[in-house]
Amino acid sequence: MSAAIDIRHLTKRFGALTVLDDISLQIEDGEFVVFLGPSGCGKSTLLRMIAGLEGVDEGEIALGDRRIDPLPPGERGVAMVFQSYALYPHMTVRQNMAFGLENVRTPKDEIERRTDAAAKILEIDHLLDRKPQMLSGGQRQRVAIGRAIVKEPKAFLFDEPLSNLDAALRGRTRLELAQLHQRLGATMIFVTHDQVEAMTLADRIVVMHDRRIEQIGTPMEVYQRPATKFVAGFVGSPAMSMLPVSGVTQGPSGARVTVDGVGDIDTAVPLPPGFAAKGASIGIRAEDTTPSDTGLPLTVDVIERLGDRTLLHGHLPDGSELVAQDTGRSTVTAGDTVRVAVDPHAVHLFDADGRAHHATGAD
Amino acid sequence: MAAPHRQSRLSNALFAAPYLVVFIALLVVPLIWGIYLSLQKADLFGLYGFTGWTNYARVLNDALFWQSVRNTLLFVVVTVPILVGIGLFLGLALNARTGGAAFMRGVYFSSTVLSVTIVTLIWRFVFIPGDGLLSLAFQAMGWQPIGFLSTEGWSLFSVGVATVWWCIGLPMILILAALQQIPGDLYEAAALDNASRWRTFTRVTLPQIRGTLILVATIQIVMQFQLFGQAQLMTNGGPNGTSRPMVLYIYRAAFENWDVGQGAAASELLFLIILVAAMGQYWVTSRGPRT
Repeated sequence: MSAAIDIRHLTKRFGALTVLDDISLQIEDGEFVVFLGPSGCGKSTLLRMIAGLEGVDEGEIALGDRRIDPLPPGERGVAMVFQSYALYPHMTVRQNMAFGLENVRTPKDEIERRTDAAAKILEIDHLLDRKPQMLSGGQRQRVAIGRAIVKEPKAFLFDEPLSNLDAALRGRTRLELAQLHQRLGATMIFVTHDQVEAMTLADRIVVMHDRRIEQIGTPMEVYQRPATKFVAGFVGSPAMSMLPVSGVTQGPSGARVTVDGVGDIDTAVPLPPGFAAKGASIGIRAEDTTPSDTGLPLTVDVIERLGDRTLLHGHLPDGSELVAQDTGRSTVTAGDTVRVAVDPHAVHLFDADGRAHHATGAD
Repeated sequence: MAAPHRQSRLSNALFAAPYLVVFIALLVVPLIWGIYLSLQKADLFGLYGFTGWTNYARVLNDALFWQSVRNTLLFVVVTVPILVGIGLFLGLALNARTGGAAFMRGVYFSSTVLSVTIVTLIWRFVFIPGDGLLSLAFQAMGWQPIGFLSTEGWSLFSVGVATVWWCIGLPMILILAALQQIPGDLYEAAALDNASRWRTFTRVTLPQIRGTLILVATIQIVMQFQLFGQAQLMTNGGPNGTSRPMVLYIYRAAFENWDVGQGAAASELLFLIILVAAMGQYWVTSRGPRT
C-alpha cells in the first residue's frame, strides 16, 4: 500500500523569488520523515509540491515507481491533513470522510467499511453524524486524519497538523500519531517548526533553512551531531550556546580553542587540517556543562527552574552568553558568578562557513 | 447593579435612535398612512370620507389590475432567476486576483450606478424601430425587423433585458464577496479528494454561498416587483397594457386619474404580494440542509 518517495533536484520559484533550490531527498517506504525548519524555509512548499498543490519548476517527484509531479493532486495517491483541517463545513463527519471515495466511485459498502474502520481506530465512531462546527479542535483533527486514512494512500502528508491544538492535547495527539504510524506502517511526511514534534515522531528529520536542506538524519544524529551551526542552534531547547573563537591550536586530546576574555578550552574535536580560527565558534549545550570549582566563570543573569534541573542563563567575561545546567536543587541566585566545567567530548566546533566538527564517536 | 445596567440600556437605545426615527418617519408612518388612505375616498386635493373596502373591491374588479399583476409576476419569475444565474456566473468568472478580472468587475458593476433614465435611453437606442441597433442589424441580415417596444410580448421582454443589464451589478458583487469568503484550503482538500470541477462546484462552492444566494434572490424579488421606470420610459406599459407592471398601474390610478384611494389600495395589495413572495421564497430555499 505505502511507497517510497524520491525527490530529485526540485526547484521552486515564486516569480523572481526562489523558495526551494535544488532539493534532493529519498524517503523510504513506511518511513516517518519530519520536515523541520523556521517559518519561510520552504518546508510547507515542499510538502505542497508533493501533494500537487504547488507546481514544480525544475526536478522530479516519484512515489513508488511512478513519477507523480505532472499528475493532478487527486491522482497522486497521497492524502493530506491540513493545519486548518479544511473539513467541509456543510457535510457530516461521515460525508467528509466519504467524499474522496465517492469521487472515485468506490462501492457504497466499501466506503462504509473503510469509514467505520477509520472511525474506530480514531475513536470518532460516535461523531459520524455530526458536522464539523459541533466538534472540538481535537475531534476535528481526528476527522481530518480519518479523511486521509480512508483513502488508503501511498503516503500521508501532514502540514503542521498539531499547531492549532492546546499544549496537553498536542502532546497526546503526537503520541497517537506515532501509534498510528506503527499501526499503518505507511509512509508519512510531517511538516513542523516544533522541534519536540520532530524529535518524538521522526524516523528521520530533514532540517531545512533558507531554501535548502541543512541536514537529514535521525533525531539523535541531528541533535548530537548537527551538520551546521544553524542546525545546532535550531534543534534543542534551550538553544546551544555559541562562543566566538579567536585561536585554535592542537591540544592534548583534540583542538584547543581560545575564547577571548575566557581563556583556553580543551575539546575532543580532532583539529581539522587547515582550520582557520577567523570567524569560527564553538557550541556548548546546557546539559554538557556542570558546576565545578574550575572552568568558565559564568555571571548568572536569569535562573530557570524546571524542577528536575535548573538552567542558568548568564554571560562570560567577554560578554558572550552561555546557558549552563545545574541540579534541580541548585542554590545559585541571579547575580552570582559560578564556575562551570564543559564536557570536552560534547563541544562542537564550527568553521567560518558554519560547517560543524564533532568529537569522534560522540553520540 | 440595576442602575448602571438600566443606564447602559438607555445609552444603547440612544445609539439606535437616529435610525429608529428615520425608520418610523419614512417607513412606518407612510405604511399606516397608506392603509388609512386606501380606506378613504381621496384624490390629490383631499379626503372625502371613509369608504371601507370599496377601493379594494374596485381594484380587484378591474381587469387592468389583473393584467398588471400577471405582467409583474411573469416579469419577476423570469428576471429573478436570470439575475441570480448571471450574477453567479459572473461572480465565478471574475473571482480572480488579476487586473483584468478587477477591470471587468468594474465594467459589469458600472451599469448599476446609472439612473433609470440613462438606462432606458441606452436601450431605446438598441430596440427602437428604424434606426435602432437591433433594427439595423436585422436589416443587414436581411431579416424582417421586429418592433421590440411596440409588439405584444416583445415589449415586456425588452424591459426585462434592460432591467437585467441595469441590475446585474449588485447580485454579482454580493456573490463575489461570498465566493471570496470560501477558504482556499477547502478547494485544495477537494482537489486531493479527486473532486471534478462540477463536484467541487456543487458540493463545496454552492453550499458555501447558499445564504448569499437566498439573500440575492430575496432582494431581487422585492426590487423587481417594484418595476416602474423602465416600463414607463421604454414602452409606457404598451401595447395594450401588455408591459404595464403593478407600480405603473398604481401611478396611473393615483396621479393620472387622481384616484388616490384606489392607488393606495392597489399599493397595499402589491405590498402584500411582495411580502408573501419574499417569505415564500425564503421558506422554500431555507428548508434544505443548513450549513
